[in-house]
Amino acid sequence: MEGIVGYGAYIPRNRIKVEEIAKVWGADAPSYKKGLMLEEKSVPSPDQDTITMAVEASKNALKRAEIDPIDIGAVYIGSESHPYAVKPSGTILAEALGSTPEVHTADFEFACKAGTEGMFVALNLVKTGVVKYGLGVGADTSQGAPGDALEYSAAAGAAAFIFGREKVVAEVLDTYSYMTDTPDFWRREYEYYPQHGGRFTGEPAYFKHIMGAAKGILKKAGMEPQDFSYVVFHQPNGKFPFKVGKKLGFSKQQIEPGWLVNKLGNTYSGSSPMGLTATFDVAKPDDHILLVSYGSGAGSDAFILKVTSRIDEVRNLAPLTRSILDHNKNYLEYGEYAKFREKIRKAD
Amino acid sequence: MSTPSRYWREVPQRYRLEANKCEKCNKKFFPPRLICPECGNRELVKTKIAEKGKIISHTIIRVPPSQYKDQAPYAVGVVEMDDGVNVMGQIVDCDFEDLEVGMRVKIEFRKLFSQGHSGILCYGYKFVPDS
Amino acid sequence: MRDVAVIGIGMTKWGELWEKSLRDIYVETALLAIDDAGVDHIDSMYVGSMSSGIFVGQEHIASLLADYLGCAPVPSTRVETACASGGLALRLGFMEVASGMSDIVLVSGVEKMTDVGGDKATYALGTAADQEYECYHGITFPGLYALMAVAHMNKYGTTREQLAEVAVKNHRNGSKNPLAQFPFEVTVEDVINSVKIADPLRILDCSPITDGAAAAIICPVEMAKKLNKPVVKVIGSGHATDAIAISQRKDMTWLEATYRAGKSAYEMAQKKPKDIDVFEVHDCFTIAELCVMEALGIVEKGKSGEAVEKGRTAIDGDMPVNPSGGLKSKGHPVRATGIAQAVEIVKQLSGESEERQVKGARIGLTQNMGGSGASTVVHIFEKE
Repeated sequence: MEGIVGYGAYIPRNRIKVEEIAKVWGADAPSYKKGLMLEEKSVPSPDQDTITMAVEASKNALKRAEIDPIDIGAVYIGSESHPYAVKPSGTILAEALGSTPEVHTADFEFACKAGTEGMFVALNLVKTGVVKYGLGVGADTSQGAPGDALEYSAAAGAAAFIFGREKVVAEVLDTYSYMTDTPDFWRREYEYYPQHGGRFTGEPAYFKHIMGAAKGILKKAGMEPQDFSYVVFHQPNGKFPFKVGKKLGFSKQQIEPGWLVNKLGNTYSGSSPMGLTATFDVAKPDDHILLVSYGSGAGSDAFILKVTSRIDEVRNLAPLTRSILDHNKNYLEYGEYAKFREKIRKAD
Repeated sequence: MSTPSRYWREVPQRYRLEANKCEKCNKKFFPPRLICPECGNRELVKTKIAEKGKIISHTIIRVPPSQYKDQAPYAVGVVEMDDGVNVMGQIVDCDFEDLEVGMRVKIEFRKLFSQGHSGILCYGYKFVPDS
Repeated sequence: MRDVAVIGIGMTKWGELWEKSLRDIYVETALLAIDDAGVDHIDSMYVGSMSSGIFVGQEHIASLLADYLGCAPVPSTRVETACASGGLALRLGFMEVASGMSDIVLVSGVEKMTDVGGDKATYALGTAADQEYECYHGITFPGLYALMAVAHMNKYGTTREQLAEVAVKNHRNGSKNPLAQFPFEVTVEDVINSVKIADPLRILDCSPITDGAAAAIICPVEMAKKLNKPVVKVIGSGHATDAIAISQRKDMTWLEATYRAGKSAYEMAQKKPKDIDVFEVHDCFTIAELCVMEALGIVEKGKSGEAVEKGRTAIDGDMPVNPSGGLKSKGHPVRATGIAQAVEIVKQLSGESEERQVKGARIGLTQNMGGSGASTVVHIFEKE
């Protein structure tokens, strides 16, 4: 059966605390921290972007997959912060890994679910026998407008998954997508920051689609929440995953291992994929995992995975996600953060 | 200041550390060469360099060249890779005070600079602490 | 091979020469050398100039300058080997006279660096390093020498203060040179506390951006005698290359090209380092002077810092280095430097260095280096 043969994550070392951002905009830090269940977020250095993080996450995935990169027949990066407006990110990733020239590449975009889209396509190309291995990456260096609520959570990170048929670490038992046209969050061309619909991003957007996808896949697979050891939801803030989990009948314990947002922030296309890597880091053979992403606009992709015994052999071949999260942290003040994120207007 | 073709030509080295080797002298060359400077052998064989090494010298650039205008100060060093090849590159993700000769580092893929607002993005290798 | 003598020298004040163009600077200087030699024609000319293209958008300067000097149709050759171009121009002129192909040759160097901003000047100087594997990664010229300094300090225990002493000595010498760009003294504290450039080097460890030119007329010794000129002979010439990237050198603290060029020159002149009375070397950065001293065999490896600290390289020391003020105080119009070093040595050997005079100097050596040491030209001169 086809599934994930290698997984890997990457997180930049810089962090900024909620208090530091709140201080500059005169907001009440404690209430933000409580309301969003968020403490700090990751910030990319000026020399990091979606592509550099995708390369490092993919290299970690290759270490676990133990395959020759030349055998990867499809490379997809899903992001809402591709470095070029026109020129693919995937070609640079494929070149850096050594998968060129016999490889299919496309860049994906669908707000925060672009990562699982790439995963969905890579998986199905393997399933239908078109490619031997397919790589799907979710990576973002998300921006929030200065002073806006999103500024507290918009973060940077990447997760990469190599799909294949042999030496599978987690089988993909089923997939399901649920999508409607819902304008909850968007960015027009030439605008620097995204816009969002405030509270409209809650019930009619995040909750409706995650629940639609989760219920849909559970029905399709004939499974129930208690059949799963773990569930990973998209994490726009610390609260929403627990809230939707509760509505669906999942427990806190099922959610916690993949819940990174309180220390990482919302890594957009990397969010639920990174939660999945952290879950793999603790999962045992035969564990069932439910992954449900969410992308504004809006839609959710759901995957049901079953971990194999190979997880114990490969887990430690690359850094564990929570180790990367805790390693070599560098806390920034708002000024340096604004400089790194190019929020300061300079002479040309 | 590179043109797209000058940048693209070096991609196998900058992205994948491709090198070559003189099998007579057992010496590796990065970047690859057409002729061995030690013995004149013209049949050099493809290889890659090691991804980890130790710092043999380092400095902190305070007055940068124009394409790095906004990135100074940054550290640059010469690293002796574990297979004996010396490589020059920036050393990042560590405090300047921690830089010392002998420190272990490893290669990471980063964006080096962009050619202005509308030019291409130039990627390549940098060194990070290997802890 | 015929013996070759220097019979005329020319140099004007160096600095930021806003009112003068490259052509002006060159012609004024070359005419000084021609007048000093008292010749009424030249047979050939060599011009060292690194980056006239980048600095003033002008290539083909060999012909431009022959034209403006009023010397066309004389053959004119532009020489480029980064900052060693001046020294190389002298060597090629020397070879042309020694071989008998020409009698009177003008050897010169010129650089007009201030028509571009600091950024562009740094870029132009950077073209002497490995573009794809050094400059691509953000290194600068001071950075390359800083890496050499850190390696030297680590290997031999050379101190930050010893580096500063090189600048202090050269500024002291330069304060006595009316043509120097920065004729003022500095202290060790001034150097150590000046603006950081590339750790551990500060701005007072670095030679400046300068406009200037230098020129000399050379001819066979027999002709010099007929012209009743004091005879300063070129008795040794050496030239060598090395890996362009410092990471590719076997030892970053050792200037192999300087060692080899020096060895060739010493062998040709049949002299040893201790026979030399005065040295003009390429102190583009303070650390460079220390490494050059070792590569030329003036001191043992690793002992250069100590020697400078003890005052041995001062004008009244036992091995005077850079009585002109060196590149540090005199200035460094890149390609002119090599000839300016020769100008100073000729003055020293002719007893014309006024307050900078090394007493009884009869044999002098110039060492001119390109980039981070990938090319070096060494000449030895003797007063008859």
